[in-house]
Amino acid sequence: MTATVPDTAVGEALRADRITIKFGGLVAVDDVSFVIPDGAIVSLIGPNGAGKTTFFNVLTGLYAATSGRVYLGGEEVSGLAPHTIAHKGLARTFQNIRLFNLMTAEENVMVAMHSHMTSGIVATVLKTRSQRREEEQAREQARELLDFVGIGKTAEEYARNLSYGDQRRLEVARALALRPRVLLLDEPTAGMNPQESARFVDFVHRVRDERKVSVLLIEHDMSVVMRVSERITVLDRGEKIAEGGPDEIRNDQRVVEAYLGKTGTEGYGSDS
Amino acid sequence: MATTTAAPGTAAGAAKTASTNRKWTIGLLIAVVVIFLLYWQILPNAPAEMQTFFRRWLSVSAVNEAVLWVVFALGLNIVVGYAGLLDLGYVAFWAIGGYVAGWIMSPFASEMHSSMNGLRVSILGHPPAIEGLDVGIHVNFWLVLPVAGLFCALWGIIIGAPTLRLKSDYLALVTLGFGEIIPQIFRNGERIGPGGSINLSNGDKGISPVDTIPTWPFGYLPGVPDQLGLAATDLPFKFLVFSLLAGFTLFVSIRIREGRLGRAWLAIREDELAASMMGVPLMRTKLAAYAVGAFAGGLGGVAFATHVGGVFASRFDFAISITLLAMVVLGGMGNVWGVTVGALALAWINSTGLEQLGQQVNSSFGTDIDFPSYQFLLFGLILILMMLFRREGLLPETRTRQVLQEPERGELESVGADLEGDRA
Repeated sequence: MTATVPDTAVGEALRADRITIKFGGLVAVDDVSFVIPDGAIVSLIGPNGAGKTTFFNVLTGLYAATSGRVYLGGEEVSGLAPHTIAHKGLARTFQNIRLFNLMTAEENVMVAMHSHMTSGIVATVLKTRSQRREEEQAREQARELLDFVGIGKTAEEYARNLSYGDQRRLEVARALALRPRVLLLDEPTAGMNPQESARFVDFVHRVRDERKVSVLLIEHDMSVVMRVSERITVLDRGEKIAEGGPDEIRNDQRVVEAYLGKTGTEGYGSDS
Repeated sequence: MATTTAAPGTAAGAAKTASTNRKWTIGLLIAVVVIFLLYWQILPNAPAEMQTFFRRWLSVSAVNEAVLWVVFALGLNIVVGYAGLLDLGYVAFWAIGGYVAGWIMSPFASEMHSSMNGLRVSILGHPPAIEGLDVGIHVNFWLVLPVAGLFCALWGIIIGAPTLRLKSDYLALVTLGFGEIIPQIFRNGERIGPGGSINLSNGDKGISPVDTIPTWPFGYLPGVPDQLGLAATDLPFKFLVFSLLAGFTLFVSIRIREGRLGRAWLAIREDELAASMMGVPLMRTKLAAYAVGAFAGGLGGVAFATHVGGVFASRFDFAISITLLAMVVLGGMGNVWGVTVGALALAWINSTGLEQLGQQVNSSFGTDIDFPSYQFLLFGLILILMMLFRREGLLPETRTRQVLQEPERGELESVGADLEGDRA
């Protein structure tokens, strides 16, 4: 991993450099720069329509940025196909769960190992020894990941039959199977009750510590964001309006305004 | 409430799938042996009535053709059933496979260009021992199979590369286009190139005769013909050869499905975007499905050319693609055993069933209805009924049966059924 970007003293898992995305005349993300240090848990927040998901989609290669670059571990990945970026170590979950419903939990996880496996068509048809070994290892790793996220017992269930919470866990297991350097979680606590959300905070820490990944969250639940994040970046109308630790963000005037409206006189009343 | 049926692709599921596969394999093997013995030994010595009955209702040539339809249907199943890419032009690969046979295992090559006049090439081949027909290129049938398979796979990639960027309806339309273009090229390929000097396909006249199938080393065994041509006594042995091809296609389909590529196809079928985000290269994986499917088309195309003893452009029409698709859907998309049964059933209805049924009806009621001309009416009816009452096909995949017959857990919960209990 050669560092081609300056200022990588601490080790940057991901760096987005002056990203701008325009859809026609609409500027969805405007000149946003952003760094995820190695092993950090950072959050991206902002009111609805702030451009969070668009920004996310640029990182994963789904959209091409109008301008700006993305570096993963010092290597530029902007412009690469999503599956290449995923292979290089950027894994994600989805806001509205997107599992392979008619595949078992185990198969879901094994799909994500695809790019790290090598068996070709002929080896598969002949079931060569190396192909069998590879399949066996993949299966073991999948089991281990399912155990890690706490749904080992459901390995042979179809994804569509899992409970909502288990489906969310399965998405994380599947993303981890890519052996990512950075894990992007898109509104992971949507639909969870407060206890589940609280457990989720511990879970994210455990993922970071034991799987040695950096985590980026998009999240609406402020109690989760404030507890889990080491750094928070706030977007509003496509612009980065604040960045810092939870305490700074909590007290940042612009952030409060972005969420509650200026001076509290417009909109829905002053206190909340 | 969790389903107790073991899912395929897991340890318990794999064991179950393996046992299902074993049962089917043994069953089909027995069927092949019985059918072979029936046509080889039993029928020729049977009473005349029985012979007439079989000739009318289940002729060996109809059986042979049905087995070849299985090869094609299995090939299409890889594209449609496994990877979920709707292909309405599969006949193109059947045609290309057939013309490979026409080019390199018939006298035709000597007519392709004036410079090739009198060309005589034989690679372990079996040129007809008739003066004037021993020219051209004659490659051994068993060598032509992989050549045609690979050639078709290559064309699968060439056709797929531009078209697979499209999705669903658009993909279907463009494949439909290619399914029309390729046979048209063959129909009109009599005088092409500079000055019309190249004869690619002999146009509507077609290419015949296509060489026989050599049975070496089995040809030394008593009772086994040395070569399998169009003679009536050769047909039971051709049945064995075609069954071997169908068996090979089945085997490859099953094996690939269990591996890394099969999983990726399934993932693409389920959710393309999520698959690409999980590192599955969409284009390459889809192209692989096209290539493997086309390979089967090439095998079948060559075998079909030996079945009819020639290659005729007018046969490769759109109806074939649709019939194949109907076989896949009727049988149960994605399940090779279902597709096999679907292909056999529809092929029989097409070649024999309708006509015989029509004759029965006409003679008993004194009517004069041309049943075979209602073939597509019947197909349409079958498909509509299937979609209404058995959307998953005759023998669906375990997974597909799930989605069509059991409500999704989320749906159940949203109507208030508390299946969850308290899961910590």
